[in-house]
Amino acid sequence: MTLSLLILIPIIGAIVVAFMPRSRPEAIKWAAFTTSLVALAVSFPLYFAFIDGLAGYQFEETYAWIPALNISYHVGIDGLSLFLVLLTTFLTAVSILSSWTAITENLKEYMALMLLLEAAVIGVFVALDLFLFYVFWEASLIPMALLIGRWGGERRIYAAVKFIIYTMAGSALMLVAALAIYIWGGTSDVPALAASLNLPANLQIWLFFAFALAFAVKVPLFPLHTWLPAAHVEAPTAGSIMLAGVLLKLGTYGFMRFAIPFFPEAVAFWTPLLVTLSVIGILYGALVALVQEDIKSLVAYSSVAHMGFIVLGIFSGGQQGMSGAVLQMVNHGLSTGMLFYMVGVLYEQRHTRLFREYGGIWVKVPVFGVFFLLAVFSSVGLPGLNGFVGEFVILLGTFRVNWIAAAFGTFGIVLAAWYLLTAVRRLMFGPFNPANNRLKDMNGREILIALSLVIFFFVIGLFPNLLFNKINPATAQLAELINTVTLLAGQ
Amino acid sequence: MPIEFPTLNFAALSPILIVIVAAFLVMLLELFVTDKRVLGYFSLAGLGIATVASFMMFGLATPPVFQAMLVSDGYALILNLIFIVTAALSILISLSYLGDRELQRGEYYALLLFSTSGMMLMGAATDLIIVFMGLEIMSIALYILAAFNRQQLGSGEAGMKYFVLGAFASAFFLYGVALVYGATGSTQLQAIGGWFTADRGTLGDIARVGLSLLLVGFAFKVAAVPFQWWTPDVYHGSPTSVTAFMSVGAKAAGFAALIRLLMVSFNEVFTLDWQIAVAVLAVVTMTVGNIAALAQRDVKRMLAYSSIAHAGYILVGVAPGTMEGVKGVLFYLMSYAFMNIGAFAVIAVLERRSTVGSAISDYAGLAIRKPLLAFAMLLFMVSLTGIPPFIGFWGKLYVFRAAVEAGMSWLAVVGVINSAISAFYYLGIVVQMYMRPVIAEDMEEAAGLNLTGPMVITLAVAAVVTVIFGIWPAPLVDLTALAAFG
Repeated sequence: MTLSLLILIPIIGAIVVAFMPRSRPEAIKWAAFTTSLVALAVSFPLYFAFIDGLAGYQFEETYAWIPALNISYHVGIDGLSLFLVLLTTFLTAVSILSSWTAITENLKEYMALMLLLEAAVIGVFVALDLFLFYVFWEASLIPMALLIGRWGGERRIYAAVKFIIYTMAGSALMLVAALAIYIWGGTSDVPALAASLNLPANLQIWLFFAFALAFAVKVPLFPLHTWLPAAHVEAPTAGSIMLAGVLLKLGTYGFMRFAIPFFPEAVAFWTPLLVTLSVIGILYGALVALVQEDIKSLVAYSSVAHMGFIVLGIFSGGQQGMSGAVLQMVNHGLSTGMLFYMVGVLYEQRHTRLFREYGGIWVKVPVFGVFFLLAVFSSVGLPGLNGFVGEFVILLGTFRVNWIAAAFGTFGIVLAAWYLLTAVRRLMFGPFNPANNRLKDMNGREILIALSLVIFFFVIGLFPNLLFNKINPATAQLAELINTVTLLAGQ
Repeated sequence: MPIEFPTLNFAALSPILIVIVAAFLVMLLELFVTDKRVLGYFSLAGLGIATVASFMMFGLATPPVFQAMLVSDGYALILNLIFIVTAALSILISLSYLGDRELQRGEYYALLLFSTSGMMLMGAATDLIIVFMGLEIMSIALYILAAFNRQQLGSGEAGMKYFVLGAFASAFFLYGVALVYGATGSTQLQAIGGWFTADRGTLGDIARVGLSLLLVGFAFKVAAVPFQWWTPDVYHGSPTSVTAFMSVGAKAAGFAALIRLLMVSFNEVFTLDWQIAVAVLAVVTMTVGNIAALAQRDVKRMLAYSSIAHAGYILVGVAPGTMEGVKGVLFYLMSYAFMNIGAFAVIAVLERRSTVGSAISDYAGLAIRKPLLAFAMLLFMVSLTGIPPFIGFWGKLYVFRAAVEAGMSWLAVVGVINSAISAFYYLGIVVQMYMRPVIAEDMEEAAGLNLTGPMVITLAVAAVVTVIFGIWPAPLVDLTALAAFG
């Protein structure tokens, strides 16, 4: 029941919020925040109830949905999705809290959409039926596009439309591919398909492409990434947190849940291309981030680079890289989410995100400075914090199979340190810009948000096995599958 | 020699007869009733009884009646429901739309019911002559309805265009009937199919030409490219309540008869020919409809072109020539009835009295002016795009599934790419409503918007169905599973 509850709670909350009177903004905020807290509270025990060492799905639920077409409502989680579900409930609560004073217009619709977005994203992560997955996958589109297009910045309409068109075009082919394997396998049940689908190799290659296109747009992989900076720069702060924090993970998750298990023989065919593109993404994202004048677009391009690492880990072919990739999905959600949040804190006061408007503000806002620095450290992978573990494990896994890609990746980490620390210098240090004289430091609510994120930086950074123990069985199974297929192909 | 009377099974035709009787009663009552809206409600009651009759007939499968000219099989009954829903929702729109424009007249409802009975005849006909009768009953009523707003030049133009091009289509159709009859010696669908069991040489080729002419006639009626030219002007000029009715009803009726013809008569002969023809029609219809819709600045015209595109998606379900495809088409038509009429209802609310249609920019900031109306339109637009969890998605999934199953995956690929293109213009309306600022004068006009009872009911029903069956499509899927040819 827990997983269904996690989908239902935000939907019910959204409906309640939608019917609340507009004249009571405080009540609306509290209702939305409470809903997200309830979802968080329901999801959190999943971590403890989740049994380590099991490779299969847990907390499964199956109900008839469209029996005539043999499509059922089937949900469940394994090591790949557990932490993504937790990340979603956590970041939604963070996002709603972060919107407390930032959003004043049409607050009701805003909060309802945030909750609907949460429901859709959780649905994607827990769905174990192909069409249930597709429904949630597409359903997550509209709330996000409306959040960008209605509460975003100046070019919000351009960004929202671009976001929709890219994602829709990307996932169009996936529907046909899903239909093809559904007809081939006679069912749309994901575990059943993964177990029994034995497609001819050349068909696998085509279908892998159809799925991978949808996921690559979402990740986004170079050169399909151009919607991302636009969307991030224009989105409201909470929208950016959700977008970077969880929506991009839909893509990387999709690779691991669908593309690889369904079409294992196609993996070898597509790996060189995907690895090359992710390495280009790592370097390109970093280099473009270096020259940004807008803090938010710097973080956006850093996302392109960081997501490249995750794809690199997934297609390293080994269990280590994959486990690192899953962990890094969580890490990226936390650290980039926090970076976007910190930018939002500044933007709310000054209504600008340009570096040249700031400078030397550490003296005015030391608490902000400390938290911003921590977010940067987490993002660049300082040992002891979460980012280090993820990137290190990914590179280790990659190094074994493809040392060239690993070498470029390492160079990407150096670049990340360069542009992020440059950002810190331009923002915090140097000559003080008097325009920031009235800048106020973070208040209690803002510190609470930042602190809640930072705690996880340290927990994951110091005790990564708290996560790896649960991730590893699932990735081991996936790596095993690829190994078997490679061995068979070699004979 | 005793004369044998054919058995007359009126019960099998009860839904059609009820609608026809209701239409005549409306004409009679018109003399005595001063508030013509009463006739609208009366028509609704008639449709309600016809619905009950249709449901009651589901259990009682009968062989073709009246000398195998009509049948009341699962396929026809499901279509009855689609036509009834279309007519009922359109009447609800009319009740407030016509009143605003001083068009509230009794014959309107009678014509609408006659047209509906024509559609139902097309769904039930198992003889080409009856198909033609249904086609004409439906069309002649529609020609008049299209021109119903005599004060507007555009409405007269719409009626005239529809009439001239409709007459063309009828001529094609009749010529096709004549050739098929000349070759096979019958107009009865099963008899035509049976005639082909032996090799017929040249005569077979004549029948093939006849089939292609029939196809052209139907392509006119369902507005498939390249026979779609009348559609934008007619849809744009007609009163919006009529546009809503014919965009769904006439299309559904055309498909109803076309599919029965292909599945019953040409199920085993010329299959490859017509499958290719229908597939090609589907591809050009989807693509041309969507690309033309991209360029529109008027919402009514945009929906006209989009309805062409939807004819294309439906053709994707026809091309495989399988029962799964037929079920998919029925589901699609059902979903289309609700979401498309819902969209036209919103247009009817927002349409200015002085002009025909409404510019896309009229929707700017609607979410602030009228949040619920905008939300309803959002649902319809998203559903028409085919984004889940709304009913339109399942319609597309169902027909594309049939195509993939029949080995026509490429057709499904063209379909999904077209869906992605359509997102551009459907969501363009959403962008206007939710992301553009309000224009001050629109704000004032919003206060005067006529959201009367019947209109609210239309919108509510369409929106609720779009959402509920989007989340839980099983009941509708189960209903379409009852489709069978008697």
